[in-house]
Amino acid sequence: MLDMQTASKPHRAKLYLHYEIDGDDFTRAGEASSKLKQSLKQLGLSPAVIRRAAIAMYEGEINMVAHADGGVIDVDIDTAAITIVMRDTGNGIEDIDAAMKEGYSTASDEVRQMGFGAGMGLPNMKKHSDYMKIDTKVGEGTTVTMKISIMSE
Amino acid sequence: MTTTKELRELYSALNRADLPDRNISSVYCGDLLSHVMGSAPEGAAWVTVMSNVNVIAVASLTDVACVVIAEGGAPDDDAIAKADEHGVLIFKGSGRVFETALEIYERIHV
Ligand SMILES: Nc1ncnc2c1ncn2[C@@H]1O[C@H](COP(=O)(O)OP(=O)(O)OP(=O)(O)O)[C@@H](O)[C@H]1O
Ligand SMILES: [Mg+2]
Repeated sequence: MLDMQTASKPHRAKLYLHYEIDGDDFTRAGEASSKLKQSLKQLGLSPAVIRRAAIAMYEGEINMVAHADGGVIDVDIDTAAITIVMRDTGNGIEDIDAAMKEGYSTASDEVRQMGFGAGMGLPNMKKHSDYMKIDTKVGEGTTVTMKISIMSE
Repeated sequence: MTTTKELRELYSALNRADLPDRNISSVYCGDLLSHVMGSAPEGAAWVTVMSNVNVIAVASLTDVACVVIAEGGAPDDDAIAKADEHGVLIFKGSGRVFETALEIYERIHV
């Protein structure tokens, strides 16, 4: 199930978006990112910023499906930045330093057959965001926070 | 520079006929989706053997000009419906990845 609500938070955010990501549904994985892309287009943000945010969130969305049992995404957009917070209650990441390395992947054969598992998702998320933080606890879950600055280039 | 309109002469388009014509500025080959996500240039013709529904999401988010599925791959109805929905032009190429990419490269660089 994918769910999006928008509500304005006066004084702070221009826009707040919420998405729920189904675990195990690869056919729908990516829908939240394309919705985000649409919303950012409507806000009139620059194509470069939109591309970075959509790519960063897509990789996180796929990870929630491939490595956890889905999760929730909250996006907060103000005049300075897009903040994306992705939470799941999956198994967590044992070794973050290893996970951040290009080419490191624990993806299953099934996931690899679909074209995932290159071990490039987290590095892409870092590359396409201005700030990224991973909070994770084995057995409890993972929260990835990314900020994409929207200052005019 | 070539265009998606010119590629319609080389390959069969698998979805909506009413997609706007786009310029093609480069060719990109790749099958590992997060690799493609990180490196495919906007406006490229993306040549791949993959044909599942996730290809469409990657093509849409990277904003490539079109996808050319090589080596006999065939997207299912779900993938084609998604491509229509997102306005992603997909072609089916009969050749191998290298020949297909070279053919497009030559069109760009004549
Ligand atoms: N949300 C998550 N929960 C648990 N483990 C995760 C999560 N996200 C990433 N990981 C772990 O980090 C590894 C590296 O992630 P990354 O996204 O870089 O590569 P991948 O998903 O394996 O492959 P790719 O993204 O290239 O398709 C994963 O293989 C997995 O072990
Ligand atoms: Mg990944």
